[in-house]
Amino acid sequence: MTTTQDTSAPVPSSGTGPFLDVRDLRVHFPTDDGLVKSVDGLSFHVERGKTLGIVGESGSGKSVTSMAVMGLHNRANAEVSGEILVDGKDIVSASPDSVRRLRGKRMAMIFQDPLSAMHPYYTVGNQIIEAYRIHNNVSKSQARKHAVEMLDRVGIPEPDQRVDAYPHQYSGGMRQRAMIAMALSCDPELLIADEPTTALDVTVQAQILDLIRDLQKEFNSAVIIITHDLGVVAELSDDILVMYAGRAAEYGTAEHIFNEPEHPYTWGLLGSMPRFDRVRSERLLPIKGSPPSLINVPRGCAFNPRCTFASLNGDLSTTERPELVESGPGHLVACHLPVPRRREIWRDEIQPKI
Amino acid sequence: MSPGRPAKPTIVFAYIVRRVIAAIALMFVVSVIIFSIFYLVPRLAGASPETLASRYVGRAATESTVKVTAERLGFYDPIYVQYGDWAKGVVTGAEYDMGPVTEQCPAPCLGYSFVNRQPVWPELVDRIPVTFSLAIGAAVIWVIFGVSVGVLSALRRGSFFDRFAMVIALAGVSLPIFWTGLVALFLFSYRWEIAPPGGTYVPFLDNPFEWAAALTLPWITLALLFSAQYARLTRAGMLETMNEDYVRTARAKGLTERRVVTKHGMRGALTPLVTIFGLDFGLLIGGAILTETAFGLNGLGKYAVEGIRANDLPKIMGVVLVAAVFVAVANLLVDLLYAVVDPRVRTQ
Repeated sequence: MTTTQDTSAPVPSSGTGPFLDVRDLRVHFPTDDGLVKSVDGLSFHVERGKTLGIVGESGSGKSVTSMAVMGLHNRANAEVSGEILVDGKDIVSASPDSVRRLRGKRMAMIFQDPLSAMHPYYTVGNQIIEAYRIHNNVSKSQARKHAVEMLDRVGIPEPDQRVDAYPHQYSGGMRQRAMIAMALSCDPELLIADEPTTALDVTVQAQILDLIRDLQKEFNSAVIIITHDLGVVAELSDDILVMYAGRAAEYGTAEHIFNEPEHPYTWGLLGSMPRFDRVRSERLLPIKGSPPSLINVPRGCAFNPRCTFASLNGDLSTTERPELVESGPGHLVACHLPVPRRREIWRDEIQPKI
Repeated sequence: MSPGRPAKPTIVFAYIVRRVIAAIALMFVVSVIIFSIFYLVPRLAGASPETLASRYVGRAATESTVKVTAERLGFYDPIYVQYGDWAKGVVTGAEYDMGPVTEQCPAPCLGYSFVNRQPVWPELVDRIPVTFSLAIGAAVIWVIFGVSVGVLSALRRGSFFDRFAMVIALAGVSLPIFWTGLVALFLFSYRWEIAPPGGTYVPFLDNPFEWAAALTLPWITLALLFSAQYARLTRAGMLETMNEDYVRTARAKGLTERRVVTKHGMRGALTPLVTIFGLDFGLLIGGAILTETAFGLNGLGKYAVEGIRANDLPKIMGVVLVAAVFVAVANLLVDLLYAVVDPRVRTQ
C-alpha cells in the first residue's frame, strides 16, 4: 500500500465513521489486448448526510468505481481488489449473496438513461414494488401503497394513476424521478447517482438535482454523484474527487476544488466549464488531447502528455508516478509540482483566465 | 392520450379492430394473387379458354364439348367476373350446371379434383387434423427444447455446454428433414422396431396414446430443425438482453440472479420470438410437406404433393388458399398477442 495514501483511519462500525470507505480499490479487466486497469488504486470515503462528487472525463473509471461499490461487476471478467467497506463490512471479500442483500436495501443506484434503465415491459409501479418487496416482507397491496407514496414523494402528479403506467408513457424527467423513487424505496443509506442528469434537458436537470438534495436531507443518506459536469457537483457536493485514468488526481472539499485547485487537470476541467457567475475571457479553454488508453497508461504521471506544466518538473513527470499527498488539511493532490509553485501558477496564470 | 397514464380500453379495442381489418384486407389480396396464378397467368402465357376447359373434360372430349364446358365454367367471361364467381363460390358456395343435373358445391367451394371428381374442401377438412397434430406436437417440443437450450447457452457463454449445443444446433439447421426423417424411420421403426412404421396415424379422439406414439418420430424430426433455429435465436436474444441497462437495474435492486434471468432477461429476450413462432406455426399448419411425405402422413402437405404430381390444379389451389388463411390468422394472433406482451405496441 505504498502507491496510495489512505485518507481515513480504519474506523469500526460505530456509526461515527464514514458509511462508505473505499481503500486502494483496483478493478482490472483482462482482455485479449491486455489488462485494462479501469480503476487502479483509488481511496475515498463518504459519511452519512454528505455528498461526494466524482468527476472526470469518459473512461476515467467513474462508473466502474460505482459498479464496484454496488458489487455489480461480473467476477468472471473483472478482477476487483482492495477494500470497499460499507458500514464497516468489506464487500470485495464478501459472498455474492450477502452483497446482493445489501444492494437495493442499504445502497442503491440511479442510472444515467432512465428509459433504457427501466424494463419496458413492466409498469413503473410493478418495478418499484419489486424493489421494495425483495427486501421487505410485505403484501402486494402494502407495497403498492408504498410505491404510490414514493412516486408522490419524488413529485410525480396523480401517482395513484401513474403507478400503473409503463416507462415509455413517462417523460424523461418523470422517468428519472421514478428511477429515484425506485432507488429510494428501501431507504438506502448510500445512494449512488451515475450521471443522473446527463440524459435530461437543462430545466429538468435542476429539478432532479434539487430533488436529490432534498431527499438526502430527509433520509440523511450518503450520496455519491458521478458526473463529467462540474456544474452538477458544484450544486450538490461537500467533497469532490477528480479522477484521471483510473486514479485520483485531486481530492478535497468543494471549496478546495473550486477555489484553490492545485492539479493541472482540475484547472483544465474548470477552464472547460462555462460559468455565468463571473466576467471571464471570451472563450472556453478545453483540455488538449484525449484521455489515455487504460491498457497503456503513460509512464510517470498519466496526465503528462496533456499537461502544460509537465516540463517544469524536469523529467520527473514522465518517469515517476506522483502519489496522492496532502497539500493542506483534507486536500490531496497527485502532482509533481511543488506546492508553492502550483499555488502560484493557479493564482497568477490560471485563475485570471477562467 | 395524456402522458403517464395507463392505456384506456378503447385504445386497445381500436388496435384489435385495426389488426382484424388489416387481416381481412390481406386475405383479399392473397385470394387475388392465388386466383391470378391459377387462371390469369396461364391466359397471359397464351392458354385459350378451351385449353383451360380441356383439363375438366378428359382427353377424349370433342371440340364442341370443350367449348360448352368453357362456357359453363365461365372461361369466356372477363377476368374480374371470373374472379367474382370464384370468390363467391369460396364464400357462399356454387352451383354447377352439369347438363342433366345441377351439382351443388357448398361453401367454401374450392372446386373438384380433376383426378377423382371429389370436391376439394371435404378432403382438405379430413387432412387438417393430421397436419395440425403434427405441427402442435412438434411446436411444443421445439419451443421447450429450443428455448431452454438457448437460454442456458447464453448464460454459460463460451462453456463446453454452449459450444456443444451450438454445434448440434448448426447440424440441426443444416440437415434436411427428408434425410433425418428417413434415417429416423429406418433406425427406430424398421431396424429397432421401437416406433410405429411410417404412414401410421391414429386420430386423437380414438386413442390419445396411440396418437402420440404414432406421431412421436415425426414430431422429433420436425422439432429438431426448429429447435436448432430457436436455440440459436434465443441464445442471441438472451446475450443481447442480459447486457441491457434494465438488467443491470434489476441486479442493482438486489434481485437474485435467478429472478434477474427469468423475470427481466427472458421476458425481454423471448418477446420477439412470439412473432417468429406465430409465422412458423401458421406456415406449418398449411402443410409440413417434407415431414408428411417422409413419414407418409396424409396431411395437407402430402395432399399438395399429390395434387402437384397429378397436375390436379383445384387440389393445389385449395391447399395454397387454406395455407394462406392459416398464415394470415397466425399473423393476426401474433399481432394481438404482441399487444398483450409488449405494452409499447398498445399505445402507439
